[in-house]
Amino acid sequence: MIRLIVGRVLMGVVVLWAVATVAFFALHAAPGGPFDDERAVPPEVMRNIEERYHLDQPIFTQYLHYLGDVVRLDFGHSMKRQQTVAEIIRHHAPYSAKLGLFALAIAISLGVLLGVLAAHRQNRLADHAAMTVSLIGISVPSFVMGPLLVMIFALGLFWLPPARIEGFTSYILPATTLGLIYMGTIARLTRSGMLETLRQDYIRTARAKGVSERGVVWRHGLRLGLLPVVTYLGPATAGLISGSFVIEKIFQVPGLGYSFVASITDRDYPVLTGVLVFYAAFLTALNLVVDIVYGVLDPRIRDRR
Amino acid sequence: MAAITSSSTVAAAPAGRSLWADAWRRLRRNTMAVASAGFVLFVVVVCVVGPWLASAIAGLDSTSQDVAYGARGPTWQHWLGTDPLGRDMMVRVMLGGRLALAVALVATAVALVLGVGWGAVAGYVGGRVDDVMMRIVDVLYGFPVVVFIIVVMSVIGTHSLVVLFALIGAVSWMTMARIVRGQIMSLRHQEFVEAARALGAGPGRIIVRHLLPNSLGPIIVYATLSLPYVMLTEAFLSFLGLGVQAPQASWGTLVAEGAEKMVVYPWLLIGPGLLMAATIFALNFLGDGLRDALDPQTRRT
Repeated sequence: MIRLIVGRVLMGVVVLWAVATVAFFALHAAPGGPFDDERAVPPEVMRNIEERYHLDQPIFTQYLHYLGDVVRLDFGHSMKRQQTVAEIIRHHAPYSAKLGLFALAIAISLGVLLGVLAAHRQNRLADHAAMTVSLIGISVPSFVMGPLLVMIFALGLFWLPPARIEGFTSYILPATTLGLIYMGTIARLTRSGMLETLRQDYIRTARAKGVSERGVVWRHGLRLGLLPVVTYLGPATAGLISGSFVIEKIFQVPGLGYSFVASITDRDYPVLTGVLVFYAAFLTALNLVVDIVYGVLDPRIRDRR
Repeated sequence: MAAITSSSTVAAAPAGRSLWADAWRRLRRNTMAVASAGFVLFVVVVCVVGPWLASAIAGLDSTSQDVAYGARGPTWQHWLGTDPLGRDMMVRVMLGGRLALAVALVATAVALVLGVGWGAVAGYVGGRVDDVMMRIVDVLYGFPVVVFIIVVMSVIGTHSLVVLFALIGAVSWMTMARIVRGQIMSLRHQEFVEAARALGAGPGRIIVRHLLPNSLGPIIVYATLSLPYVMLTEAFLSFLGLGVQAPQASWGTLVAEGAEKMVVYPWLLIGPGLLMAATIFALNFLGDGLRDALDPQTRRT
């Protein structure tokens, strides 16, 4: 288990280095710069700007500078806003994190519920209904679902605020929209995992020794049946991050995804690379946690390595 | 996997005995999947033929503006209403559909080539190579691929549709690689492969002539299932303003515009939004039906 963790951590470091490096060189190869302007900038001003961001030095020196900064978690200043990248991340990430966690909570609780229900009543009406609902969740794009939900619950019924973040209730619509997609996939994964698990010998043993139906399904079955869902949490979170770009745009959430998309159109390199490395670090850490949880849930994996 | 010796088995299926005839029978019994196939076919025909018909019969096109007429709801002349510039929404939705179908086909083809190639090599060679190749797939799987497309598009500084389609394909091959690898691994030690090897066939020939044809079922299933996925990705990027650019319209840009104006002109959102959702839903349903028909053992995920 320890070997597994150490190996994964090293792997994660390599991935982070690769992301940082690719981002750096790719962005510097891009045509157009952050200070390109329709007005002609006086050469001495341009020189000052370039000096400030080390843009006057050879690219490899810039790269070393940058790697050193990344290791110290210092991504420098935004080229467009009067803020450091760290400030931008610190200010905007909490909104995205709350949105994502809320969405994930909705996705997991509803998804597992639907999936277990479907598996328990395989090929019956409840199964078909649950699977149709989850397929709708997967199929309706978030940017169609979001406006539709706003139309119904905010502009039609006046139950919830249509946009902007002011208090808890304003998270409900964006988080539901974001969560529904993953609810669908989680429901399907849970269903297939549970179907397989409920056929296993140890489930029959549990039934034979008189464990109640509820105990069999929710305690013995779910523990193994949820493994595919646990594996999916990594990709799901990756999807939540890209999903948040659209959701934050629709609902005007001042999250990190919004800053990220803005940094692309602005060619604000420090923010772009900083947020990119931040996302990558977050995902790597999360995947590590998922691997460990997997080992805890399934003793066979833990003992094998 | 029953033996599929050549494509002639498809044509001359002896009374429901071959794998394909069997699958066809199973698929036909799945009413929802058949209905979905019908709906997809309908959307394809309408999007391809529709714009011509509209201009021939009603004199409608996607660009002629009538600002004085402006945005109005559905009428007999404009079935899906008009946008604020007085352009007919139905023609715009159909043209957006053409784009969505084009991206679905091109990106899926790219993903197919990459995924099948990657998975076949990993599965056939095995060992260390397989470990490294699959670890790369794992890493890519856990990465927001849309971010990658966005960064590359801005680096190349292009809004070329071909590049966009190819990039979407280039990030959508991982599931296919996993499936094909699994198939190849389960097949590569079977007797017919040993026999081919004994006859002197090289790895390339064994993969292309023996292993892949026997994995065709799952490959078809996952190619179908990647159609809605790549359509969503294109619409997603276009919605963010990073994909298809005006004056061209895709379902993503139409929905983006509709979402902005949904309070005053709800039909701008409802027409393209519902058609897109329905198409993706039908493609997913069809993919599921194909999986149940062609590949009963694969777990539903």
